[in-house]
Amino acid sequence: MEKKSVHEPLIRMSKRGEMLPAWKAWGIRVIAFFLSLVVCGIVIVAISGLNPVQVFSTMASGAFGTAKRSWVTIRDAMTMLCIAVGLAPAFKMKFWNIGAEGQILVGGIACAACMIYLKSLPTIVLLLVMIIASLVAGGLWGFLPGVFKAIWNTNETLFTLMMNYIAIQLTSFFVAKWENPFGSNSVGVINSAGKEGWLPNLFSSGYNGDFGWNVILVLIITVFMYLYMTKSKHGYEIAVIGDSENTARYAGIRVNKAYVRTIILSGAICGLAGFIAVSGASHTISTSTAGGRGFTAIIVAWLAQFNSVVMVIFSFLIVALQKGAQAIASQYNLSQEVSEMITGIILFFLLGSEFFVNYIVRFRRKKVTK
Amino acid sequence: MKKFLALILALVMALSLVACGEKTPAGGDDAAKLKVGIVLVGDENEGYTAAHMDGIKAAAAACGLADENLVWCYNIPENEECYDKCVECVEQGCNVVITNSYSHQTYTQQAAEENPNVQFVAMTGDTAMKSGLKNFHNAFNYTFESRYVSGIVAGMKLKELMDAGKVTDPYIGYVGAYPYAEVVSGYTGFFLGIKSIVPEAHMDVQYTNSWFNIQDEGKAAEALMSRGCVIIGQHADSTGAPKAVQTAKDNGQVVYSVGYNVDMLKAAPTAALTSASNNWSVFYTYLFNAMLNGEEVKTDWAAGYNEGAVCITELGPEVAEGTAEAVAAAEKAIKAGELHVFDTANFTVGGQPVTSAFTFDSDGDWANDTNEGIVDGYYHESEYISAPSFSLRIDGITELN
Repeated sequence: MEKKSVHEPLIRMSKRGEMLPAWKAWGIRVIAFFLSLVVCGIVIVAISGLNPVQVFSTMASGAFGTAKRSWVTIRDAMTMLCIAVGLAPAFKMKFWNIGAEGQILVGGIACAACMIYLKSLPTIVLLLVMIIASLVAGGLWGFLPGVFKAIWNTNETLFTLMMNYIAIQLTSFFVAKWENPFGSNSVGVINSAGKEGWLPNLFSSGYNGDFGWNVILVLIITVFMYLYMTKSKHGYEIAVIGDSENTARYAGIRVNKAYVRTIILSGAICGLAGFIAVSGASHTISTSTAGGRGFTAIIVAWLAQFNSVVMVIFSFLIVALQKGAQAIASQYNLSQEVSEMITGIILFFLLGSEFFVNYIVRFRRKKVTK
Repeated sequence: MKKFLALILALVMALSLVACGEKTPAGGDDAAKLKVGIVLVGDENEGYTAAHMDGIKAAAAACGLADENLVWCYNIPENEECYDKCVECVEQGCNVVITNSYSHQTYTQQAAEENPNVQFVAMTGDTAMKSGLKNFHNAFNYTFESRYVSGIVAGMKLKELMDAGKVTDPYIGYVGAYPYAEVVSGYTGFFLGIKSIVPEAHMDVQYTNSWFNIQDEGKAAEALMSRGCVIIGQHADSTGAPKAVQTAKDNGQVVYSVGYNVDMLKAAPTAALTSASNNWSVFYTYLFNAMLNGEEVKTDWAAGYNEGAVCITELGPEVAEGTAEAVAAAEKAIKAGELHVFDTANFTVGGQPVTSAFTFDSDGDWANDTNEGIVDGYYHESEYISAPSFSLRIDGITELN
């Protein structure tokens, strides 16, 4: 490779010297999204013979077709957003927190425990206690790998992953403890009679009509995180550590302290997502409460490049895609796998577009385009 | 060629969809009155859900319901999504919503509370009676009857093997899903069926803690076979156990399988004896007719051989001689009410005959919720509430985990 070969390869790829301007980068992503729709369309026609336009409109209606569906989409997007926002500071610092699943679960357990044991408290007090409990539980699930990393430099990827399994086992334990009806191996809807500890409707009385409080809570967290990351000293430290730990150390940043602090924050917000999932949506706890969202949210966080405001878009995109894919599976009698393929194709294109944002592709016998 | 066929099939299906869309509802005005929401835990690839889908389709055909009167929701997990789908079905104008998995029921009940004008049925559930809701129902078949009859098939085989000297220890293994009443009732029925032929039989139960897990069920079957079990029964929804049994049999072990839900002859061509099965269309036909005629739907519905709601599947090639006759005799006796599966003369608990048992204890407080279970010398399974409730651990059966 040392010698300059006479024969130029057909395609050469090299890293872009400078960052693309934002509008160009977003242009690439939007083009990728539409290309992915085209490929999905081709796949749909090839395997089902259905009209792709009709299929896409079914997808849209599956996500936003009725008021109920829209609220469900909003609710799930908000939960996803909360997790992604929680993950962002850790990932930005290059602390690979893949333990969001576990942090959500322990947050959910704490929240469910309050609903079961403290239901005599007044509603507002109970909700506040639940929020605090889930924050603390999630924070603890972040603190453990954080402090081990800071003191003994353990690998946080493995540690947080293992913490997931502990959380899943803990959840199984509590499901067995709280099961209702007795012997059913599920907790069922908690407080279905009195609705203690349920997040109420915002725009009307009752429950499950809208999920306005979920939205407000998560948006508060999102704005807070945006300001924390862009305006605060802590946020700046996170950015520096993420770029280079040694630089950070040289600059006098106490890296270990920042690690522990940030992962506690990250875990606590994921724990809060557990509260939102349990009190604001499912009103139960099971090993599927996190449901893989702790991993999907990593994609959301990366796609948005840890900008919590941009995450709003990607959370909605991913959740709406899932709902839409489910709708076409039911409507056209396609199996679940087809809808997962469609989501997969779109994610593949979106993640792949990052390559074209960061790299430049040159073709042979063509003037080098700058 | 296969691809081509699949493509043709897909095209035909797509075209027939279009064709259906243009037709007026086959049932006319009557059928338009009824719109059914169906929330399923799986899809046609999963045996249990497939059996429900077949039942609903057969019932819809019998009652003249057109395709557009059925709203299908597949692969709905046992969480708030179940509630969401129930509400969505109501929004789409359904006047009856069915959920088919046990742990869907709390979400179904939640939707039922909020929509008093829509009927909800939590299949296999057990909380309708206690909920006090007029529009919330449970239904189950007398599956213990078909379990008992499948036990007779297994017992006949066991006896044949013992008579031929191929087996000395009448040792049975059972792959169960969860340690609760539905499973306990099922395996006890199965065991009592075997015992009616081979009184000295004994059985071990290995739980998988999952309704559907091919690998775990296979492993559980292997573990039971390595302990020396010669018949492997199951209450789990996959073909994992029958496949494992077939493999062991092909390797020279003397072992046979009794399945559940579906015919296992494809998974275990020579090892499968039969499967205990349900015919859900009996209930669904009852439900649709009741709705169409404006009659009240029972809070708890259960039926067995008498209504054709349960059956065993085709007998395998290696069943013992005389099996068909023994099966026919047992089925006849059950239908005539002469044979009660849980006859207290046929089992003991802790060496003692049983004279009293709970029918249902929903909260685990060791207090009976409904009537006394044992009257007239037998346990009245599924009579007060539709879900199986027999949960005595009788002598001769050992739970391994």
